[in-house]
Amino acid sequence: MGIESKLGDGIITTTLDAVINWGRKNSLWPMPFGTACCAIEFMCVLGPKYDMGRFGAEAMRFSPRQSDLLIVSGRVNIKMMHILQQIYRQMPDPKWVISMGACASSGGVFDTYSTIQGIDNFIPVDAYVPGCPPRPETVIDAVMKIQQKIQQERSREYR
Amino acid sequence: MALQTNREQDVMASNQEIRELVLARFGERILAAEEECGQLALTVSRDDHFELLKLLKESADLGYDILMDLFGVDYLEMGGRERYGVIYQLYSLGRNHRLRVRVPVPEQDPRLDSAVPLWAAANWAEREVHDMYGITFSGHPNMTRILCPDDFSGFPLRKDFPVQGIGYRENFEKIENPKTK
Repeated sequence: MGIESKLGDGIITTTLDAVINWGRKNSLWPMPFGTACCAIEFMCVLGPKYDMGRFGAEAMRFSPRQSDLLIVSGRVNIKMMHILQQIYRQMPDPKWVISMGACASSGGVFDTYSTIQGIDNFIPVDAYVPGCPPRPETVIDAVMKIQQKIQQERSREYR
Repeated sequence: MALQTNREQDVMASNQEIRELVLARFGERILAAEEECGQLALTVSRDDHFELLKLLKESADLGYDILMDLFGVDYLEMGGRERYGVIYQLYSLGRNHRLRVRVPVPEQDPRLDSAVPLWAAANWAEREVHDMYGITFSGHPNMTRILCPDDFSGFPLRKDFPVQGIGYRENFEKIENPKTK
């Protein structure tokens, strides 16, 4: 088909975006920001039973400078929000954020002076995971949603 | 008390015995000495409370060597008493006995002598009371907030503090999504 027929066997043509996105979506390096019980549930996602490594996202980096997927699991309070924003800023572009659990997404039952009512008020969020805490399957679902999102991205949107 | 074995009854000092020992030395400066749920509770004014705590800790026949807990109370809607209170839960290893000391603290000038010279365990507990109720402990080595941020204003466990706060949780910079900018 087209140019490929002239290049011979073993060579295919594609777009640069497709190759970059394929690489990005299958090698997400998560930065776990675990502040509460959701983080305990999140450990199970990495364990052998659910194993997020099947989706290429098993390389946990506790340095934001090496990660591209921020997983906020747990409630974030007013003392922690500065740190979360700092960590978000330290992550290199392109980056994605999962808000895991009711507390990170909306404050949950903690409608108090010290709890942020949804981290999306202050940092951008790509996928929300409902539940208190969410089942590991739903976290994997969120990772797959992020992968679908990455697949549709265009690199020229980034400077 | 009915559930105790004979052995524990032998060892444990009775509330009556402790009460007599304390009243003999402190007399009328003890404002009230009553039994609450089987535990002796002494009420003392804030002028005398450090002296009482020192006596309870250091006299050989009492020996309340452990400060189990120390916390504040806001009696805003209870009426007929000072607005705040600080309560000490003491335990004597030697007597196997627990004792409660209540100290009323007035709304104007909420100030109390620190118990840190007696029990190092009072250090963080007093900072928490200071953080949550705004009661200041004089003589404390580091009377600063312990849980809330340093620039926080207000005292969250006071009964008239709004539960949802006054803008603390809204006061952050919003980071825009680089993809939609």
